[in-house]
Amino acid sequence: MGIRFILMVNKQGQTRLAQYYEWLTLEERRALEGEIVRKCLARNEQQCSFVEQRNYKIVYRRYASLFFLVGVDNDENELAILEFIHLLVETMDRHFGNVCELDIMFHLEKAHFMLEEMVMNGCIVETSKANILTPVQLLEKT
Amino acid sequence: MSGPSLMDSLFQRTLEDLIKGLRQQLIGEQAFISKALEEIRKEIKSTDLSTKSTALLKLCYLSNLHFHDMSFAAFHALEVLSSPRFSHKKIAYHAISLSFHDSTPVLLLITNHLRKDLTSTNEFEVSLSLQCLSRIANVDLARDLTPEVFTLLSSNKLYVRKRAVAVVLRVFEKYPDSVRVCFKRLVENLENYDPQILSAVVGVFSELACKDPRSYLPLAPEFYKILVDSKSNWISIKVLKIFAKLAPLEPRLANRVVEPICDLMRKTGAKSLLFECVRTVVTSFSEYESAVRLAVEKIREFLVDEDPNLKYLGLHALSIVASKHLWVVSENKEVVIKSLSDPDPNIKIESLRLVMAMVSEHNVAEISKVLVNYALKSDPLFCNEILGSILSTCSRNVYEIIVDFDWYVSLLGEMSRIPHCQMGEEIENQFIDIGLRVKDVRPELVRVARDLLIDPALLGNSFLHRVLSAAAWVSGEYVEFSRNPLEFMEALLQPRTSLLPPSIMAIYIQSAFKVLVFCLHTCFVRGGSTAGVSASASYESFDDLSVENGADSTVAHGQTCTSAPITNESIVNLLKLVELALSPLLGSHDVEVQERARNLLGFVDLIKLEALNSSGQEENDSERKGVEATKIIRLVHDAFSKELGPVSLTAQGKVPVPDGLTLNENLGDLETICGDIELPSSNTFSFGYPSEEKDVSSFSNLQIKEDSGQSNESTSLLAEHRKRHGLYYLPSGKSEVISNDYPPANDPALQGDNNDNASDLVKLTAESLVPKRKPNHSKPRPVVVKLDEVDEKPVAVKQLESRDDSLSGAVRDILFGSEDILPTSSRSNLPNSNRKGKKKQHMITQVESKENVVDDGNSSSRRRKDHSHGKERRHRKKNAEERNETDRKEKESSSNHPRRHKSRQRAEEPLKVPPQTSVIPDFLL
Repeated sequence: MGIRFILMVNKQGQTRLAQYYEWLTLEERRALEGEIVRKCLARNEQQCSFVEQRNYKIVYRRYASLFFLVGVDNDENELAILEFIHLLVETMDRHFGNVCELDIMFHLEKAHFMLEEMVMNGCIVETSKANILTPVQLLEKT
Repeated sequence: MSGPSLMDSLFQRTLEDLIKGLRQQLIGEQAFISKALEEIRKEIKSTDLSTKSTALLKLCYLSNLHFHDMSFAAFHALEVLSSPRFSHKKIAYHAISLSFHDSTPVLLLITNHLRKDLTSTNEFEVSLSLQCLSRIANVDLARDLTPEVFTLLSSNKLYVRKRAVAVVLRVFEKYPDSVRVCFKRLVENLENYDPQILSAVVGVFSELACKDPRSYLPLAPEFYKILVDSKSNWISIKVLKIFAKLAPLEPRLANRVVEPICDLMRKTGAKSLLFECVRTVVTSFSEYESAVRLAVEKIREFLVDEDPNLKYLGLHALSIVASKHLWVVSENKEVVIKSLSDPDPNIKIESLRLVMAMVSEHNVAEISKVLVNYALKSDPLFCNEILGSILSTCSRNVYEIIVDFDWYVSLLGEMSRIPHCQMGEEIENQFIDIGLRVKDVRPELVRVARDLLIDPALLGNSFLHRVLSAAAWVSGEYVEFSRNPLEFMEALLQPRTSLLPPSIMAIYIQSAFKVLVFCLHTCFVRGGSTAGVSASASYESFDDLSVENGADSTVAHGQTCTSAPITNESIVNLLKLVELALSPLLGSHDVEVQERARNLLGFVDLIKLEALNSSGQEENDSERKGVEATKIIRLVHDAFSKELGPVSLTAQGKVPVPDGLTLNENLGDLETICGDIELPSSNTFSFGYPSEEKDVSSFSNLQIKEDSGQSNESTSLLAEHRKRHGLYYLPSGKSEVISNDYPPANDPALQGDNNDNASDLVKLTAESLVPKRKPNHSKPRPVVVKLDEVDEKPVAVKQLESRDDSLSGAVRDILFGSEDILPTSSRSNLPNSNRKGKKKQHMITQVESKENVVDDGNSSSRRRKDHSHGKERRHRKKNAEERNETDRKEKESSSNHPRRHKSRQRAEEPLKVPPQTSVIPDFLL
């Protein structure tokens, strides 16, 4: 399924967005997010952005105060996922204008909608910023 | 409770209010949230849809970020979904995607909503419902909505079509029969030139091909075209993934694809695509020398890059290459070894894996030494990582790379003394395993065990308890090799043993029992009444054994026997010591400890008289009692001197079920009985007496006697026994016989410098590829007892099974158009196999009729140069499929019998099964 989940977590370890592509119960989610936050937030800039978990791996990247963490299958291309994260940030940036944690907090549903434009069922379906944002902006007017 | 009033909905808090409120709560956040939840529960019952939807939105927020259950709102979400307003619908779909799953009770009620939206003229509504379907589809939804998805697959709105393509993956997964309906349209989308569609389709196929590559071989030409034409890196990466799966199945395809991949590797500027090319080459094209060389060049660029990400990936790629081309690793070993001290733990672990890949029997001792020094200096986590990989590498394939077991056993002892060591359990297993398997190493094993047992400081480290339990067991079992058994007694009974957990305490007591019996036996039975007999006298028994064994090691063992004398006084002291140490344990709360202590004390009581008497010169009385006690000692000693042989873990499975015994097929109800009892972790070996018959006193005796070919009564009995229970034993030829001129394990030149400079390791690993040929016959590799079936891991079986799922069965039916490919697939389990059967038949006839038409006109022009004639092309493909089917049928019928014949052979060597070569016609390129 490629991408298993996408998380945005701030420096304090609070989840700001969570999108899962397979069903997990609340308890499983809580445990998983706790574990990932413990593992990834402790790492520094000199260390690589890939962390192996049980049977998948996490590719993460930090933008200002926000960590973008993507859980992917083991044979997924790590660098491509990094590019995907960057694309996501750029897209949000273009939409919100200098995006920050608060934008995502107050527009969680919209952020989800953008993600849904880009990823479906764990597969990346759209990589053009214009294509992603057109429906988002159209729907904003209605 | 009355419904919310108009006032309530007028003053309803919006999501924004909620978030602002949350941000103001520094403490008491939980209280604020539960108050908000209470409001939501009230608001969500409102008849006003905007109030309801706002409540739902707030609930989504709390569920997504604060882990609050929103399953109670499932039905309300459906109510909002039926709203005519798009903004409500959007919220409802959002909520449903977040919270619904297979066991949501109202899931079935959503079918009609989805169907309505899937056929809507508003593309955004269609898109929302497709998105939702991709998250929540279960068998029923997938089945009921397959027709709608099918229609959308050829929608003229790209926005909708790409989503329909993406959703197909989930639909196929949940309801494999939908493949029969949708697959052809999905394939048509492969020929689309719009990058949006293409990226979605390729994504779907790369996921599908991951599960069962063979079914998608017929689509190789389409993928090839995409690979060559693609402008998008995303798409190229996905196609490469597909080829990485397909190429190993079909050499002709690999030949064809390898060049474009290399081109891509040379030209591309994108690191992600470059890495994907490298990975594809090293995983699936490792026979193509030039491609591998190119890939290795690129890997080196990654390795020397500043960016830790690239470095990590470079190492990762190296570890993939290592399995087939070890030279690549040794070419880059400087970088690898430098990475052992990288600041990033992930990079360190990758490089550790690579160093371990370079280990061979020539350099294992030196590399281990250097790594143990690394382990001493590194943090606990990495330290244990190092120790773990040394342990697993050295024990691989029944200690394949270990020549000098004396060295290895002392290394185990050394490793367990490393402060951070937490590998106690593994070390314990290996101690016992080596003791059982390698006879010649036992004296050294006992020495190492003594050093561990005698150190009172080690008892305080709870991670070491498992190691100590193995040491205690070794000391009891192989006490005859010890220089000074009395020392063992003191070590086993020292006061600090109270720190041990009861289970290990019990092992200590049992071992003390064995040692005591050995001492008594030495003193009274073998030594007779002569006081001050040397323990070495007792070695006769062992020496006999080794002479019989034909090994030339008797001398070596004889030398170890310079031991302290066991006198009557020392025996008396020993008995006193036992009484002193064990009396408090009679009141232990642990039954095992209590019982063993009681056993041992009871035995001491029996013997005490004898010991006291013989020291006290009372000839008359001691005569009679002495005989009795001696008899007891002899009996107990005999009981303990039976050697324990290794027993295969699967041995029990080979015991035939006796008549009249009915075994439960399903052990599900056992769980209710056993509850939370934890099963013991499976070691590679359990041990016990191999048989109940008297003559089979020891496993090794058995072999020895067989080898020497003595035909006396016992061997005939043995032979009979063996015939009956043959499965427990090794086939006589199976035990590894090693020639004497084994290469040396230790290189004296390198032994001197054991500092842990990286340069050392570089030097050492260099030798891994140049086998040393120093003639040093000082020590042959000892015999390692192997059991046949435990040591080979059944790997391939699983892969074969997983392929036979119903999804790939359906895909094959479509692509190959045949119904007899997978007789074992679970298709028959599906509820409506009847209807499906009809449909399939219909489809096949349809294919055939088209086939005929096309065959007349086009069969000669097989080369395709035109992209415009999509239809014609499709026909030709069917044509190819048809031929394929007939080929396959022919093959099947001709090879049916021999295959059945071979099935036994296959079961024995699952790895060598030739991959079922589906004949692929010239659709290739």
